[in-house]
Amino acid sequence: MVDFRMPALGADMDAGTLVAWRKQPGDPVKRGDIVAEVETDKGIIEVEIFTDGVIDRMLVGPGTKVPVGTPLATVREAGASIDAGRVTLPSPPPFAEPRPKPAVVLEQAPARDAPDEPPHEILYAHAYSPEAERVRVSPYRRRLAREGRAESRPPPAAPHATAESAQPTREGRVRASPRARVRAQALGIDLRTVSGTGPDGAIVERDVERAAASATPPSLVAPAPKPPADAQARMRQAIAAAMARSKREIPHYYLAQTIDLGRALEWLAAHNEGRPPTERVLPAALLLMATARAVKSVPEINGRWEGEAFVRSDAVHLGVAVSLRGGGLIAPAIHDADRLDLDALMRALSDLVARARAGRLRSSEMSEGTITVTNLGDRGVETVYPIIQPPQVAMVGFGRIVTRPWVVGDAVVPRPVVQATLAADHRVSDGHRGGLYLAALESLLADPEKP
Amino acid sequence: MNRDQIRSVVVSQLGTIAPELDAATIDPQADLREALDIDSMDFLRFVERLHEQLHVDVPESDYGRIVTLEGCVDYLASRVS
Repeated sequence: MVDFRMPALGADMDAGTLVAWRKQPGDPVKRGDIVAEVETDKGIIEVEIFTDGVIDRMLVGPGTKVPVGTPLATVREAGASIDAGRVTLPSPPPFAEPRPKPAVVLEQAPARDAPDEPPHEILYAHAYSPEAERVRVSPYRRRLAREGRAESRPPPAAPHATAESAQPTREGRVRASPRARVRAQALGIDLRTVSGTGPDGAIVERDVERAAASATPPSLVAPAPKPPADAQARMRQAIAAAMARSKREIPHYYLAQTIDLGRALEWLAAHNEGRPPTERVLPAALLLMATARAVKSVPEINGRWEGEAFVRSDAVHLGVAVSLRGGGLIAPAIHDADRLDLDALMRALSDLVARARAGRLRSSEMSEGTITVTNLGDRGVETVYPIIQPPQVAMVGFGRIVTRPWVVGDAVVPRPVVQATLAADHRVSDGHRGGLYLAALESLLADPEKP
Repeated sequence: MNRDQIRSVVVSQLGTIAPELDAATIDPQADLREALDIDSMDFLRFVERLHEQLHVDVPESDYGRIVTLEGCVDYLASRVS
């Protein structure tokens, strides 16, 4: 049995509101299926599941706001034996490479408090951290931890708190098992109002469920959505938090290069000639393709800063900054953008922008970006100085395509050019490597037919 | 299809891209991309919808002729069958 948890859908997301369930208990699910809708400060996101199985139980009702990492439902994994004491994450690690040891929060249910709990440990991985993994702890370590004498205590909870770390201390004199506390928080039940049936009157999980059942049952859809003005204010706050964190933590360096797009645009015009509007490709897609493919030359700008180290990604999940009507910004990712041909990338971009503006993005698009690009050329901007989206380590910017005098051979000719900029994390790369990246970008745009 | 009908289609399709659009306030000579804050993706979508609704395929080389409401209506009126 695995938990389907509230994911972290942005660099500074601490909690989310379950808006609606897309599946019911008993429904079979496959990896990638959309199971729930979650409202974040950046809008409503469709949350995918990352395992095959059958939905077992819903633990949280629509309209409930819970911390990142809180179990939302339990899922019986396809073909797997039940291992109810181990908790998994809603998403697989996005990177295939080894990664640092995860931050974990250890909670142990004392046997006398939790007769309904499995006899082995309950471990909560750092919520939705890509490097998180399952951890086994010996009975001796568990006992030491319970008594506060662990020889090597786990690291403190990371900013994305689990349900447990959101409750830093036991709730006064109420005696309850850890699982009962988790369930109570998820269901919005005040433990002080629950009668315990466990040993010495301790509250156990079934007591919380009984209390929840006697309360108003959750409907399938949340109450009325919040007013747009409030949503915009919260999006502004989310952007402010992420950008402030970026400027506070990431030592940016910036490079810029003017790139001749003459050949690329001629090629693109020929590519689009005779095509219906639905099959035309925008210059923006060409810039995205080059951005993603140039990563091969300088892989250290593609990945994430996790804890105290850079974790490189072999896959290029290209975040695209999309401005929203009425204000705000969101940067969902196109997965494996470096492997898409130009037409496929254009379709992916068109679909992504449409869904971003309609509020239909998916959780993996919000959480798995490895590098981001922003293009402000449509607004007349000639040079962009991007702010890196943490925990990523680089961002590429493009300005307006303008006609400028350009030296070709011995002649000065008018050419369409664009300013490409790179903001990169100096903890991971240096200006020399960043310069090589921009050179690779220029080379790709000079020869757009190159696979 | 007369000019008023074409104008109605154009305004309607612009409204799907810029929902806050007030048709009465559109300056017929203003650049729609700036007046409505629409980007190149929005503009391509606009062209796609004109193609769907009016069966007029606007080639990229003619985009400059449909960037104002008046110019767009003129252009389409000359091509709608």
